[in-house]
Amino acid sequence: MMPSESKKQSKTPTDNSNVGVFSSDEDLAAVCKRLRRDIVTMIGKAGSGHPGGSLSAVEIVVTLYWKVLHHKPADPAWPDRDRFILSKGHAAPVIYAALAECGYFPKSELDTLRKIDSHLQGHADRTSTPGVEMSSGSLGQGLSFAVGAALAGRLDSQSWHVYALLSDGECDEGQTWEAAMSAAMFKVDNLTAIVDKNSIQLSGFTKDIMKLDPLNKKFESFGWHVIEIDGHDLKQVLDAIERARTVKGRPTVIIAHTVKGKGVSFMENNVDFHGKAPNPEQLEQALKELA
Amino acid sequence: MAEEIAPREVYGKMLVELGRENPDIVVLDADLFPSTMTRYFKDAFPERFLEVGIAEQNMVGIACGLAANGKIPFASTFAVFGTSRCFDQIRVSVAQAKLNVKIVVTHSGLTVGEDGASHQALEDLALICSLPGFTVIVPADAVETAQAIRAVATHKGPCYVRLVRGKLPVILDDSYRFEIGKAYTLRKGKDATIIAIGTMVAPALEAASMLSGEGIDCRVLNMSTLKPIDEEAIVKAAQETGAIVTAEEHQEHGGLASTVSRVTAKHHPVPMVFVAVKDKFGMSGKPAELLEKYGLTAKDIAAAVKETLKRKV
Repeated sequence: MMPSESKKQSKTPTDNSNVGVFSSDEDLAAVCKRLRRDIVTMIGKAGSGHPGGSLSAVEIVVTLYWKVLHHKPADPAWPDRDRFILSKGHAAPVIYAALAECGYFPKSELDTLRKIDSHLQGHADRTSTPGVEMSSGSLGQGLSFAVGAALAGRLDSQSWHVYALLSDGECDEGQTWEAAMSAAMFKVDNLTAIVDKNSIQLSGFTKDIMKLDPLNKKFESFGWHVIEIDGHDLKQVLDAIERARTVKGRPTVIIAHTVKGKGVSFMENNVDFHGKAPNPEQLEQALKELA
Repeated sequence: MAEEIAPREVYGKMLVELGRENPDIVVLDADLFPSTMTRYFKDAFPERFLEVGIAEQNMVGIACGLAANGKIPFASTFAVFGTSRCFDQIRVSVAQAKLNVKIVVTHSGLTVGEDGASHQALEDLALICSLPGFTVIVPADAVETAQAIRAVATHKGPCYVRLVRGKLPVILDDSYRFEIGKAYTLRKGKDATIIAIGTMVAPALEAASMLSGEGIDCRVLNMSTLKPIDEEAIVKAAQETGAIVTAEEHQEHGGLASTVSRVTAKHHPVPMVFVAVKDKFGMSGKPAELLEKYGLTAKDIAAAVKETLKRKV
């Protein structure tokens, strides 16, 4: 038999090292605030990057990494881990902050974001960063990858689950809908997509660039189970993800209504901060607000 | 007359053989399984066959998700749809991510025939060869196709295999051993070297026989691995024969001509002539008529050899 990429291992249900180095009792709101500080700081130091869509996804990412994902920071390729696919690759800073907090790599590395030879590339890159499942940055590709991962898990009768985080803007891409159709066709119920619906894309509000709404009806008509939540309400996020796991026979999408730039007053709902770093004064102001 | 076999037929059957040996082989197709011949695998292992519909971008993405999780996906469609239609997915999701995805395309080149320009991939090799880390293979016949498919299944990393629609004469015998990255000398010679790929290998041999009647002694190399190219064989041919003709069913830009001349330019420049499509799209017609119209016959190769000889010092 030819070698395959990952050796299959038997499931070890007693192994519950899924919450990384953090106690699950920690106040997640405090974790979220810390991640937001990490995000604006690393982007500020890099001098470029995408704060808006990183800040909007903080509660989703923290809920996943702290409460949901079965993962081992010391063993990023652990075969039984749940797969988290970041399709909106420009939001890499939110993942880098979470991975560093969980112990995948030292927090000091966050200062190297976007610098030459760094493990932390401008957009998520699976060959550079431990814990990153997929190379993204060209939008619309993550849901297809997630469908493939879910199918691989199902073929091997694995119980791990696949989560894919999409932006609303990338739903402009036709491939997102090719993937959505196939996920329903293949009945991949071990896949949960989460759309960070912050309603802003690079050059304006999504409603003005390309009308997505009704996004829920679109997914429904593609055969998905749809849950809509406030993406900044930690309880709603966790509850939606848990409910998604109980849906059988079809994939679930959680449409998380969020605020672009959430947590920093002058970035909130501001198109400019989709892809612009704060200058030193703005960074200072942001950190004051996030203290 | 050599026996003629369609390489895609061999591909389809080889997939079944590999699928039997290795449960991690998964096959994807985009509504073309009756033509790409992945239908054999579909019938043998329906649970490991994924019909994605006419959605090549999604097909490549799903293949990546499978590859990242231990599967060995073979994604198949026609050459035009398997490259230019989903090039960004191949670039970012496959190549940049260094995933173990196998893209095997059929119906490449002019010999697609009557379907015409939209279906005749003449730039696919340029696109795929431009991506770091890709292994690119263009088998010359059925024997080589079988071995190349087996080789890419075990090779770790992104691979592209280019097949054609029609039948090809069998020119290699069972003693042939395909190796990724190794050119194969089909005919020894000292006056000039013809380096050919795919459908042009048989005409290259025919041209060499024609020329031998005129006292011109041609070496013929089957350069089935276009990337990584066998630089040693090219440099040796340049040094020992002093003239090179390349022959491919592809644009002159970005395929065999470009790759070989990059090697000679760096290491040992010699007079070269390129038998290839010259910056034109294809058109409808019978395969043989098209090859003649676009200057891709044994006669054209022989004329190209004579031209290089005139320039040889």
